[in-house]
Amino acid sequence: MNMLTEASIEQKLSPMKNEPRIKMRGDKVTVHYGEKQALFGVDLQIPEHQVTALIGPSGCGKSTFLRCLNRMNDTIDGCRVGGKVTLDQEDVYDPKIDVVELRARVGMVFQKPNPFPKSIYENIAYGPRIHGLTKSKAEMDEVVEKSLRKAAIWDEVKDRLSESGTGLSGGQQQRLCIARAIAVSPEVILMDEPCSALDPIATAKVEELIDELRQNYTIVIVTHSMQQAARVSQRTAMFHIGYLVEEGPTDKMFTNPDDKRTQDYITGRFG
Amino acid sequence: MAAVETTGSGARTIDWSSDEFKKRRSRRYAADRRLQYYGIAAIATALGLLAILITSLVMTGYTAFTQTMVSVQITLDDERIDRNDVFGANWRNIVRDAFKAATPGLETADERAYFAMFTNNAPFLVRDRVVADPRLVGTTVTFTIPMADPVDQLAKGQIDRSTPESQRRVSDQQIAWFDGLAQQGMISRPFNTGLFFNADSRFPELAGLAGAISGSFWALMVCFFISFPCGIAAAIYLEEFAPKNKLTDLIEVNINNLAAVPSVVFGLLALAVFIGWFNMPRSIPLVGGLALALMTLPTIIIVTRASLKSVPSSIREAALGIGASKHEVIMHHILPLAMPTILTGTIIGLAQALGETAPLLLIGMNAFITSPPAGILEPATALPTQIFIWADSPERGFVSRTSAAILVLLGFLITMNAIAIFLRQRFERRW
Repeated sequence: MNMLTEASIEQKLSPMKNEPRIKMRGDKVTVHYGEKQALFGVDLQIPEHQVTALIGPSGCGKSTFLRCLNRMNDTIDGCRVGGKVTLDQEDVYDPKIDVVELRARVGMVFQKPNPFPKSIYENIAYGPRIHGLTKSKAEMDEVVEKSLRKAAIWDEVKDRLSESGTGLSGGQQQRLCIARAIAVSPEVILMDEPCSALDPIATAKVEELIDELRQNYTIVIVTHSMQQAARVSQRTAMFHIGYLVEEGPTDKMFTNPDDKRTQDYITGRFG
Repeated sequence: MAAVETTGSGARTIDWSSDEFKKRRSRRYAADRRLQYYGIAAIATALGLLAILITSLVMTGYTAFTQTMVSVQITLDDERIDRNDVFGANWRNIVRDAFKAATPGLETADERAYFAMFTNNAPFLVRDRVVADPRLVGTTVTFTIPMADPVDQLAKGQIDRSTPESQRRVSDQQIAWFDGLAQQGMISRPFNTGLFFNADSRFPELAGLAGAISGSFWALMVCFFISFPCGIAAAIYLEEFAPKNKLTDLIEVNINNLAAVPSVVFGLLALAVFIGWFNMPRSIPLVGGLALALMTLPTIIIVTRASLKSVPSSIREAALGIGASKHEVIMHHILPLAMPTILTGTIIGLAQALGETAPLLLIGMNAFITSPPAGILEPATALPTQIFIWADSPERGFVSRTSAAILVLLGFLITMNAIAIFLRQRFERRW
């Protein structure tokens, strides 16, 4: 898996620099929660090795769309997904697809930091272990260290790997969760408001981290903070009451949006 | 001035310190205090009733924890005991002669009343000890033998010497003999180990709880090993896998109903199914344990489901998010986190099963059985049924023994609940 990721970095640095490959694609995605429709025909492309921000007022469906990408909606009773979601041209909702593999390839970081109530080491090692990614203890140690380093938390926890992950501060917990997602070497990382429970300093650290992770991973982030979307993302998609209002390069969205609703939302007139 | 005034522009000024508002607030505080007092009163009532229960049990039961014994020297003569057949010696006469020697000048006509002062089983107690250790033959050994129940009551002051002779169970002459023995320093009242190490007996001085304790132990083992895995598996299926439809709703309603079914019904069921159809023997802990398992199962299912549900969904999502399978999510994360609560609930369920009497009566675990069971297939009684049997027995000695048995049962219950509380506090997690 590691080799694969490295290979794809080279691919990224090769000629097609200006036209990034489309990693994931939503095609007329609809979602129903029981009788209530939450998403109405969303078409959205997620380019590889970029950060795509999903913005919009509460209840607009951005988290719902995010959870379609790794089928986390499956766990919600009465949730039905229509349309098509693809990962590298593969239909994610194909009955033949292996959900465990999909979620290994499309990792997720949640709104509230949710480390397992186990040691820091175990938090990271759990994913690689269940997927059988390492052959030996030494190899596992290496994966754990690498993941923690990539998540910029290694220096803070290297001396207390055996302590509980729940004993860390909120910001550290969230970076631990990012490290846990990275440890499985996913291709895409979904982040559902990863900084909403963090203070400004921790938020700055996580944002810096997101920018670095873009080198190796494709990132989709849901955020309520306009500044955050502007700071970390290359592309932005604006949702409103279940519809995709518009999407485009972040700088264009924030300076010259096509839709009035986007304009209003970004300037703080509603939402 | 009114408490709330509306000014011309529509804004309201509120005078929080006005009498009207002060009175209103003090009424609200009074309601707070009343609620607190109701709670304190309820707890005081409960504690008071508990104190009355425990006190009355201790008052009647404490005497059963000691037993009046007589220490008598018995000469184990070579002439009377054949070393090759220790068992076959005339133990009755050997023991009686030793008793007679302790009270000189005993007339033949009085012998019957005299021997009734000692436990009927004295010859067997002596015999069993010598059989176990034949080297004793040819020596003189001091044996400590329980006194019969009426004398035991006399020694403990339960029988008043001033009541007329015709109204008490020991005669004046027996009292005189007893005082004679006491003067020689032959009477002692040590801790009644027989209460814990003897099985049931017709004679109160020999009756103990060993059979009941081991019967309860085996029945609870059966109950635990059936209801715990079944309960957890059923709860995991219902909570994590079962689709939400009419059928699972029906199952859920029925499980909740089962938890409320009177235990005597489970006893009847066990009687009909296990003894009636499967022809299992009566009075065995296996059947008793199965009946108790039927009773405990719904409790464990309900507790397990509640504790699985109480594990925060963030943990579930975290595991799913890195590609854990359903089995891994449940076995690695949800179940371990729910386990302390499940164990607590299970122990409380087992404690309930330990005190359960009705189903055991129906399957015959209230039989008179004089040896402790060696396993789940031998007839046995259980603690609550032993209490039931003793409470039914007329001998005076069983009155205090019944209370003592209840105290022992309560002791086990308190221990189990304490373990449950310990587990809960030790492993309680905050997220």
